[in-house]
Amino acid sequence: MGIFAMPSLGADMEDGTLVEWMIAQGDLVSRGDVVAVVETQKGAIEIECFEAGEVSELLASVGQVVPVGAPLALIGAGDAPKPELVAAPVPRAAPKPPDVSPPPAPDVRVVGAVSPIPGPSLAEETRATPAARARASELTIDLDGIKGTGPDGVIVLGDIDRARETEGAAARPTPSPPTDPKAEMRKAIAAAIARSKRTIPHFYLSQTIDIQSAMNRLADLNAKRAPTDRLLFGAMVLRAAALAARACPTLNGHYEGDIFRPAPEVHAGLAIALRGGGLVAPAVMRADALGLDETMAAMRDLVSRARAGRLRGSEMTAGTITVSSLGDSGAEAMGGVIFPPQVALVGVGAPQVRPWVVDGQVEPRHVITVTLAADHRVNDGRQASRFLAAFETHLTSPECP
Amino acid sequence: MTQDEIRAAFLDELVNVAPDIDPMTVAVDDHLQDDLELDSMDILNLVTALHTRFGVDVAEAEYGQIATLASAVPFIAERLG
Repeated sequence: MGIFAMPSLGADMEDGTLVEWMIAQGDLVSRGDVVAVVETQKGAIEIECFEAGEVSELLASVGQVVPVGAPLALIGAGDAPKPELVAAPVPRAAPKPPDVSPPPAPDVRVVGAVSPIPGPSLAEETRATPAARARASELTIDLDGIKGTGPDGVIVLGDIDRARETEGAAARPTPSPPTDPKAEMRKAIAAAIARSKRTIPHFYLSQTIDIQSAMNRLADLNAKRAPTDRLLFGAMVLRAAALAARACPTLNGHYEGDIFRPAPEVHAGLAIALRGGGLVAPAVMRADALGLDETMAAMRDLVSRARAGRLRGSEMTAGTITVSSLGDSGAEAMGGVIFPPQVALVGVGAPQVRPWVVDGQVEPRHVITVTLAADHRVNDGRQASRFLAAFETHLTSPECP
Repeated sequence: MTQDEIRAAFLDELVNVAPDIDPMTVAVDDHLQDDLELDSMDILNLVTALHTRFGVDVAEAEYGQIATLASAVPFIAERLG
């Protein structure tokens, strides 16, 4: 019997709220199927199944807050016993993303210094009617201290009102429920970048690259294409970064438990600013194997799903290096913050027109400044410098596009 | 198609690309990128949607022409003939 557990979808995720089951008991599922939608601080994420077989039992219900690693469902046949739903430490085994190697460690939070805080186990969860839960939440009364008088000890509305009158011992304040998703996402980002800066010794190397010829070629190509088939310069940047990462294995992978594991493939994280605030960095899977048109299609798909809140769990955790671009206009350079457990982030400034020496003559040219933030535990200036050289070669190669 | 119809359709597609924009609050001179904060992917998605809706292909070099409602509506009207 496989235990399908709440995956960790980010270095600082502690729990998620199950918002939708896309499977039912008795359904047959395959590895990689999207089986549920979980609301996290970073929005709704579709989570995939890493077992194949028949769904024997759904252990969590919609609306429930489930700690990372706690069982959600039993899937597949086998001899493993049904998990004991007791208050023991929550199992920390996050499922492995499909075909991602090396497999991530069971807990991506090992990078951080803060130990995981297990949430209440499922069996521990106090049983209460929805109305009672709503009232308790409104009055910030902790259900744990209340004795239920409903059937089988279920807490009913009247119990909450009595607890409020009694005050003191039984009722103690709990943090207010999250009300502002934007503020929650900002908190998640704050926690992740603070952890990154606390644990990863960043260093930075920059290179300014003449992109005029590449931009001209792109414009010529797009002039012949219908809007649906047009390419963005961002796709060229992502592809060049993926190809450079493949050539520089010490910058592509995960650093977990004091060990760096280079990844055999490049899953290129793409930092996407969400309209209205917030930032996510899902990965374009196997970006080093994609042509330019495929890269563009993958980016388009990823951006639209990020905005719609329909990213997949594997995309949130599989990134092996991340690219963050300022876009068409803005500052000329950006030294970014590495997304743990990765060890490098490619920061791309907005294109600028600058005087540039071309064949001994000074000309106005479009240039970009690329700044690689790298983890000094794994890399030195030499590797970072080699990455920037490879990036420039791929970006300015006449074959691209 | 009247200019009012074009304007309504343009706003419609704009909101599809950026659902957080309230079409009632978009001023005629609001710039898609500078004021409404559309990025290059949003602009491409808008151009694609306009192509599908009006059959008007806005070339990359013409993206400036659709940067505000004030310029986009007459531009599309002219293309529609």
